[in-house]
Amino acid sequence: MRYHVLAGVLATEIGLLAALHVDATADMWSRKSEHAQVRDLGAALGLTDLAIWTEARYTRHPSQADFFSAFQDFPGAIEHFPAGSIVGPPAHLRPTEWMASTPSQQAPRP
Amino acid sequence: MTRAQFGKHLKILEFALASMLRRRMKNAGIVVVFSAVVFLLSSIVFLTSALRAEAMATLEGAPELIVQRTVAGRHALIPVDYAEVIAALPGVGSVQPRYWGYYYDIYSDANYTLIGVPDEGPGSAGQLPLHLVEGDMITPGRTEVCVIGAGVARARSARIGSIVSLRNSRGWMQEYEVVGILAGASRLLTNDLILLPERDLKTLLGLPDDRATDLLVEVYNPNEVANISRKLLERLPQARPISHAEITRTYDTLFDWRGGLLLAMSLGAVAAFMILAWDKATGLSAEERREIGILKAIGWETSDILELKLWEGAALAITAFLTGITAGYAHVFHSGAALLRPVLQGWSTLFPSFDLAPRVEPYELGVLFLLTVAPYIAATIVPAWKAAITDPDRVMRAS
Repeated sequence: MRYHVLAGVLATEIGLLAALHVDATADMWSRKSEHAQVRDLGAALGLTDLAIWTEARYTRHPSQADFFSAFQDFPGAIEHFPAGSIVGPPAHLRPTEWMASTPSQQAPRP
Repeated sequence: MTRAQFGKHLKILEFALASMLRRRMKNAGIVVVFSAVVFLLSSIVFLTSALRAEAMATLEGAPELIVQRTVAGRHALIPVDYAEVIAALPGVGSVQPRYWGYYYDIYSDANYTLIGVPDEGPGSAGQLPLHLVEGDMITPGRTEVCVIGAGVARARSARIGSIVSLRNSRGWMQEYEVVGILAGASRLLTNDLILLPERDLKTLLGLPDDRATDLLVEVYNPNEVANISRKLLERLPQARPISHAEITRTYDTLFDWRGGLLLAMSLGAVAAFMILAWDKATGLSAEERREIGILKAIGWETSDILELKLWEGAALAITAFLTGITAGYAHVFHSGAALLRPVLQGWSTLFPSFDLAPRVEPYELGVLFLLTVAPYIAATIVPAWKAAITDPDRVMRAS
């Protein structure tokens, strides 16, 4: 009965995945209060960004970056930080309806 | 479904598995490559999804409105008296100047973020959770002290009571005593921070008295932020308002896995897998063609042969999919995405270690399943169907 073997293999894999998930979420409740504390710390210090990429100011604080931050070293400068390749352009630089509208219809950008 | 029909399906499955075992090396090879592709894709999806969720949860407390000043398209120091103009707008509560900046440390080759703590202490925007500070926080009136993030403590081998020296704007070394270290739990937010008393920070960075880095604006009604930003721009054309919604939107798009380089890189691997799967699945061997011919000749229906191939494809693809997903899950949530870390890290010297809360979106799992399992099963069935509708005699003679 080979299909029993297949069923066994699939059940083992699902069981392993479930066990990993249970193990990883076991301390979720304690981490919820930790999250709230981190959020309060961020609020108290006025923090706006995650400290993941610290090599350039626009990767350290993507939400605070200048409008043309990726090309700010000199006009036409090519982005050279690896993180700049990983992170997408900020929301305000993404092609939007704003760009699709005619210039006369365009309101000042926020 | 009657018992007889169910028994027939089981027998076809049994036959499919026996057939797969006869070509075990070929099928094992496909399972390994298939699992590796699913592992790579699921690792990226799990990591970006968990990072996005972490960012959204921790940045919930980010300020409602920040006002910066731009000159020639670049961020510039903002005059402190802008605060009076902004505070006069209806719906605006307090306006606090913020003093912060960057510091490149030649000793550790790392960039730190320096933040000034006002004399009245941090916590104007909320209660400071002191559990997250090992040691003390900067208290009013203290000078030449600092609180550092876990990454800075590691880079400088600093402990509470250690001295951290920083070069000030005149080129002299200035010493600060470490009174507290921000706990590891907050490292995704505070890893590279050095908190200094506001006056010390202004001296260190050489900030003029009438200028701040930006302004923190309290807005009574968050729905009014867009209106206030518009009015503010009318009065202060050089201002650049950044709302809480923009901050969260930035992080939402930043971790948009579909737009990431990681996925672009892995597209090559996916394409290679597709070619391999297509080649293995569509290139029915002479033996397989003859097998189909014989089955047809002994009375199997075309639908039975399609079911046989469906079972073969499904057994292989689902086994590989589950293996890849399980490995991807373990990789991201149990080993801190160790394999993706060098790619994510880039040139960051102070890269925080991840301890991400597990997060699995059914939608993303569904997309992964449809991108990998469905094409493979389709690629298995189509050539079998072509062979099955051909005259058995011709199929056997051709092979």
